[in-house]
Order: sequence, then C-alpha cells, then structure tokens
Amino acid sequence: MSKNLDTAWALAWIRGAQEAMAEHRMELIDLDREIGDGDHGENMDRGFKGAVQKLEGGANSIQDVLKAVAQTLMAKVGGAAGPLYGTAFMRMAKAAAGDSLDSQGVVAMLAAGLEGIQARGKATTGEKTMVDAWAPACEAAKAAADGGADPAAVLRAAAAAAAKGAADTIPMLATKGRASYLGERSIGHQDPGATSTAYILAVAADAAEANEAPEEAA
Amino acid sequence: MKKLINDPENVVPETLAGFQAVYKDKVVVHYDSDDQPYVVRADAPVQGKVGLVSGGGSGHEPLHAGYVGKGMLDAAVPGAVFTSPTPGPILEATKAVDGGKGVLHIVKNYTGDVLNFESAAEMAELEDIEVKAIVVNDDVAVEDSTWTAGRRGVAGTVLVEKITGAAAERGDDLDACLAIAERVNANVRSMGVALTACTVPHVGKPSFDLPDDEIEIGIGIHGEPGRRREKYTNANHITDELIDPILEDLKPAAGSKVLLCVNGMGGTPESELFIVYKHAAERLEAAGLEITRSLVGNYITSLEMQGASISVLVLDDELTELWDAPVNTPAFVR
Repeated sequence: MSKNLDTAWALAWIRGAQEAMAEHRMELIDLDREIGDGDHGENMDRGFKGAVQKLEGGANSIQDVLKAVAQTLMAKVGGAAGPLYGTAFMRMAKAAAGDSLDSQGVVAMLAAGLEGIQARGKATTGEKTMVDAWAPACEAAKAAADGGADPAAVLRAAAAAAAKGAADTIPMLATKGRASYLGERSIGHQDPGATSTAYILAVAADAAEANEAPEEAA
Repeated sequence: MKKLINDPENVVPETLAGFQAVYKDKVVVHYDSDDQPYVVRADAPVQGKVGLVSGGGSGHEPLHAGYVGKGMLDAAVPGAVFTSPTPGPILEATKAVDGGKGVLHIVKNYTGDVLNFESAAEMAELEDIEVKAIVVNDDVAVEDSTWTAGRRGVAGTVLVEKITGAAAERGDDLDACLAIAERVNANVRSMGVALTACTVPHVGKPSFDLPDDEIEIGIGIHGEPGRRREKYTNANHITDELIDPILEDLKPAAGSKVLLCVNGMGGTPESELFIVYKHAAERLEAAGLEITRSLVGNYITSLEMQGASISVLVLDDELTELWDAPVNTPAFVR
C-alpha cells in the first residue's frame, strides 16, 4: 500500500541524516583528507546537528523542515558544502510545497535539489563532485516513479543510484571543487561530497519505509 | 595530537578573544546572530573610503584578521579552521565597513570562499551597498583551465590586501581599487612546498601522510596535498622547484622590478626562510630581474605545517608607492 510522505517523514529524515553524518564523520573526513582539505565530515556533522536543534520544536510542513535545514546549513556550515547543500535543501523546500509528497512529488523535489547544486556549483556529471551522486539518483527516482513505485520505493531507488554514483567517482579525474587541485592524483579516490549525498538519500528512504510500516501492519 | 588548545570546538573564539584583548586599540571582534565572528577596524566605517573585506578559513594566521587596520583591510571574516565563513558574517562585516563608497571583497579562489562571498554580496546589494570582488588566484601549482575550479589564492593575497588597502586609504573609488587589486593579482605568482603536514584541531590527525624523507611540492594553504611528491633534497634544490614554475608562468621581462616574498607555512624557522630567500634572489637576479622590495616571514600560514611559499610580484612605480604607504594593523606595521 503506497503512502505519501508527510511532515513526520521529513523530520525523521533529517534526524536520520544527523545520525548518519555523526556516524560517518571520520570516514568523510578521511575521504576529504585524501583529495581535499579534510573538513567535510566535520562540517556536515556540525550542520545537521544544528538543523536537528533548530527543528526540536517540530515543524508544520515538509517545506518548513527543508527550509530550516537549508537556513542552518547556509548559516552555520561554510565551506563549499554549506552553500551547495543549503541551496539544494532550499530548492527542495520550494518544490515540496503541499501537505504531502506522492511519487512524482519526490521526483520533482530531488530534481529541484540537483538544479540548485548545479546553479551554485556550476558542475556537471563526470567532474567528481556531489552531482555524480545526485544526477543518477534523480534519474533512478524518475524511472521508479514512472513505473508506478510508491514514494518510499522511489527514494530507495534514488539512494541506491546515489551510492553507485558515489562509488563511480573513484576512477574519475576531478575537474571541479577542491579535488581538482590534485589533477591526475585525484583518480582512485571516492568523492566525499558524493558520498555524503548517498548517505543523506539512504536515510530519506529509511525514514520513508519506517513511515510506511505502521500502515502495512494495520 | 599535542596542541595548546582547550577544546577543538573553541579554537576560533578563544583565538579571537585573545587577539581582541591584545589589539583592542585597532580592532573589534563582533559576532552575528548565528554566533559567527567578524573582525572590524576599530574606527570603522571610515566615511568616504572604500571598505575592504576579506575572509576565509581560520588557521592561516595572521591572515586575515591580522591585516585589519589603517592602510589595509577594514574587516576580516574568519571561518572555522580551513573552512570558509558563511554569508551571514560576511554581510555584517560589509555593512559595518561601508563608508558610502562601496565595499571591495578580497576573496581567495576556493569554491567555498567564492560561493559564500557571492551570496553575501547579493544580500549586501539588497541593502543598497555596492560590492565588487577580486578573486585572487596566484598559485601556479594548479593547472588553470576553464574546466577546473582554477588556481588557488595563496600568499599573493597578502600583497593584494596591502597594496589595495593603500589605494583605498589614499581615496581611490571602488572601480579604481578593484583595478589595482586586479593589477596585483595579474602580476603575482606563487608556489609552495610542505615538509610536513599539519593537523586540524577537530580532525586530530595530520591532513595528509608524508613520509619523513619526502616533500610535497605545490601545496595549498589548507593542508591539501600538492601536485607531486618527491624525495627531500636541500634548500637550494627545493627553491629551484618553486622558482622555475613561477618564472615560467609569470614570464617577467628582463630588467623588471619585482617584490620577492618568502612566506613561512607556520612551522618553519625564520632562518630557513632566509636561506630560501638567498637562493631565490640569486635565481631572480640571474634571470635579469631587479628585486626592489622583499617580504620574509609568516604571513599566510597553514597551522603548524613546515614549509614555505615563494611569491614574485612584478612592480611598477604606482604599485611600489602603494606597497611603501603607511600601514598599521596587528600583523603589519610600517
């Protein structure tokens, strides 16, 4: 039985993202040490902790949740990740305007996030950035939704594609972002931004599946 | 990790508290509504003068807060260690130094710095403050092409800040200040080397792993690894490795007057910087250049990293005059 996503899902997603960033903080730092400056895990951890704090009093809509995340990431994170993820969440907030999200709503939300990242970062696929996780995630989400999948399954498809996309950055030569300074030496390392994207989308799917579970049980 | 800190979370605020106490006659440290710091010249805003704002991750001290004062920056915005600041405090700093003639942002070319300064500039324009930006990109270690994030801003930033600061102080308008900043940026090239990595407090381990007998050529100022790694040799050989790409890229005409800067990365003694300077100067003279100004010391660092960078700036009479102009900041007094 398909279930549209609601505010409770959005809150659970962000709490999950905070836990994922805390859990993978050192891993993201290590990936960033290899090809960047080693601050990604710290910044994401700080940003989502701030977002969860800001949402402690709850929220009235999916849009409110995503907007609060966007504002926190932009105001507290800095670096490239702050404005890039901040813009992604702001655009997703704008796209998620209704009371709930159906499958096509999820697709539109993810697409808006990707557009925001590309507008700010001017990156495209194949440049070893978070776009290499977001773009396949959007494609997979659309294919799943067009095939009749429910919102949780759409997010699961997006998360799986993002994880594969992140792994696919390993052989890439970085031409955008901090890793581009390394030139050829960036080859052989997984992009930290693509990796954090994969974790964030995975917990979005987890939260949607948990959201669905009580109804299936009933 | 052994560092003279109390808590990695508090490195920046505790640094700024000490800095404020020492230089209370020169600067004021403010915090915005999100607890993000910005450092403003004590007499800001100076009416009728273009305001100069720079900023970037902390860990490069004395850059940038050490250069806030008469004849250089009007404000500096320090982010977390090695992380660019957010738009909020950049906007607040911009507002605090606007003396009615507009504000110039001096931004080092890193994706995060550029994004956050751009956002702040857009917000400042909504508040009717005219903002222009110079993006400094003097590092020849990075291949420059339209397909990459481009060259990084490194030690040339200090020269841009000093010379543009003097231009603003003498009354140049915003466009003229930007033109001076662009001229400095176009005429300066830098290249750095690391003998050791550095340790970011909240990471707790070195930013890259470098064996005892190897050096990293072409490092940036954030502990990010450089373009190539090689066996340690000696000061003269390493100096050649830095000077060669600079001269190749800058292509200064024989007979040019230049400023030679040897900058320490934080963990290298001054004696070694002078050894590097000596050989670098010999190389420049052999290339037919006349060194008319010099700067040696720790001006833009990478925490406790051992290493140095060399910058060469081709001077003209006006840039020389602006370089010589009085300056009174915590880290730079003349």
